Amino acid sequence: MAEPATATQAAAPAVALLKDELDIVIPTIRNLDFLEMWRPFFQPYHLIIVQDGDPSKTIKVPEGFDYELYNRNDINRILGPKASCISFKDSACRCFGYMVSKKKYIFTIDDDCFVAKDPSGKAINALEQHIKNLLSPSTPFFFNTLYDPFREGADFVRGYPFSLREGVPTAASHGLWLNIPDYDAPTQLVKPLERNTRYVDAVLTIPKGTLFPMCGMNLAFNRELIGPAMYFGLMGDGQPIGRYDDMWAGWCTKVICDHLGLGVKTGLPYIFHSKASNPFVNLRKEYKGIYWQEEIIPFFQQAVLPKDCTTVPKCYIELAKQVKEKLSKVDPYFDKLADAMVTWIEAWDELNPIGPVPNGKAA
Amino acid sequence: MSLSIKDHEIDIVIGALRSDLTSFMSEWRPIFSRFHLIIVKDPDLKEELKIPEGFNLDVYKKPDIDCVVGTSTSTIFSGYSCRYFGYLVSRKKYIISVDDDCYPAKDNKGILVDAVAQHITNLTTPATPFFFNTLYDPFTEGADFVRGYPFSLRSGVQCALSCGLWLNLAHYDAPTQALKPEERNSRYVDAVLTVPARSLMPISGINIAFNQEVIGPALLPSLRLGGEGKFRWETMEDIWSGMCVKVACDHLGLGVKTGMPYVWRNDRGDAIASLRKEWEGVKLMEEVVPFFQSVRLPREATTTEDCVAEVANVVKEQLGSKDPIFARAAKAMVDWVMLWKSVGSSTSSPGA
Repeated sequence: MAEPATATQAAAPAVALLKDELDIVIPTIRNLDFLEMWRPFFQPYHLIIVQDGDPSKTIKVPEGFDYELYNRNDINRILGPKASCISFKDSACRCFGYMVSKKKYIFTIDDDCFVAKDPSGKAINALEQHIKNLLSPSTPFFFNTLYDPFREGADFVRGYPFSLREGVPTAASHGLWLNIPDYDAPTQLVKPLERNTRYVDAVLTIPKGTLFPMCGMNLAFNRELIGPAMYFGLMGDGQPIGRYDDMWAGWCTKVICDHLGLGVKTGLPYIFHSKASNPFVNLRKEYKGIYWQEEIIPFFQQAVLPKDCTTVPKCYIELAKQVKEKLSKVDPYFDKLADAMVTWIEAWDELNPIGPVPNGKAA
Repeated sequence: MSLSIKDHEIDIVIGALRSDLTSFMSEWRPIFSRFHLIIVKDPDLKEELKIPEGFNLDVYKKPDIDCVVGTSTSTIFSGYSCRYFGYLVSRKKYIISVDDDCYPAKDNKGILVDAVAQHITNLTTPATPFFFNTLYDPFTEGADFVRGYPFSLRSGVQCALSCGLWLNLAHYDAPTQALKPEERNSRYVDAVLTVPARSLMPISGINIAFNQEVIGPALLPSLRLGGEGKFRWETMEDIWSGMCVKVACDHLGLGVKTGMPYVWRNDRGDAIASLRKEWEGVKLMEEVVPFFQSVRLPREATTTEDCVAEVANVVKEQLGSKDPIFARAAKAMVDWVMLWKSVGSSTSSPGA
């Protein structure tokens, strides 16, 4: 049975990698007690806390953390009418944190995720592993059977073309979860007691042309490379759908990464996911999504971005256009979502007015 | 092992490149002894095979191979390609094949890995090539499809090929092993996953299993390096064959899995000595990979034989002029399909 590491087990690393280049974005509606357990790993970093729900409630942040906190009033004040693109009463609001960050890298984690232990019993520094994943290349063009060739003790296998061994920049690192797995509501209802106890000691690049369901619980990305694609959509209050925020961002991100020649990794690190959300509540949130995803997936699988989309914002606006053209007929929600995607890019550009950012080459 | 699969549906095919198989067979005895084995002796191997008692097996040597396919054809089965003769004559549905320098491995808990059982599990549970499941194989105990995985894709497709991995001596090429002579693979990754559709990978022949009824003809000896030798570093035959298999599977809607089971691969050979021989293979891969990535098979290709014949055509047209090795490979593929039809199991069933 998987167990989280205790606070004393987590030892701070000798060097906090990317200390001044990475922000940790945490959406919360309850409290931030979980940070105590993460303290040895997180304390050197700046936190951006996005408070969802009632803005009049005070969220207590444990002592000693350097942070900025935004509630709904702040979001409305900063974005004005464009605040409409940021979800309310849903953890999707976290993407506001990506927008206001000034750092190159983002790590986002849910407030019910704790430090996990590897099979040897050692506390896992998830942030450190994410950074390693982001700082080493991805290999999306040919599958390496020994998984990430850049990890210690591994390499490219026989037959792997040398011309592909440099890899491409890694845009996103998707971590996994021990204990409560990220199942949808129907699966949760059928298997309420299933726990993920399998520690798979691998990081791998998701091949080009392959989509995956991205989970926002334990995710890191290079904001300069892919930030504007990480819009978590319209969820929660007043919206017909929930629990599709991270997946929507993941599909957009993967299509754009494939187009621009960037990589997405999945696998390590693991965190310990402690809280199982109510499957009946989840079912109501996901219900429409379960039908809609049958249309959404083929849409993304077939999406082609024109060659002249050479930056992430351009790619994203083009995707928004295609969403409006092709998915509006599924439900008027997608029409609204497409508009919100455009609003998001406008807001991003407003808050991040610096010149052209480095990006990959269009495929 | 799946209760529905009977032992007699399985053949274990071993290509013998070394004459003394005593320790190999003894180590595998607990796992292999239930099954029928086909041992094919490399036609170039001069010494008599030493095989311990107590196995249910058929051994094929050069005279036997000559008898079945003729002396001129038997040369295609030299070296590591001798295993393909075993695939050709097998009449079983599932074939499991490991190199003769591989031994049973132990998992993270120190328990001996039953590679046969794991391969059979891989082959008899669906593959999921159309969408990536982040918790890897959803059909394994304790796992499932994650949130966001379309329900229409959850029944999966038939798995045609199971590619296992290797502890200790990993499947590196000669330059890599020469650069890192001490490196051994000690990482046991507790996962099986489906290789996504249209994603290619270098499939090694060291530890594989396949559903012969469905994909048999696509495992074929065709690309032979000029300096092909008796060490894996000195061959590309399995990589080429694997590309054909994956392209055929993608076209026919079949799945390929990779990951467990692991075998323990013994140290053998000198990477630096092999460098010169393998250089040819390394250069060829630069052509081979983009080529296979671009292959699109026509709708009319509905069986594995059709797929192989089509790929052979395209190889001849597009690669034949670049290097005679490709022209020869294309011809070998066409010959193989004919050989398969005359000697092999009855024609493979059309793809799903």
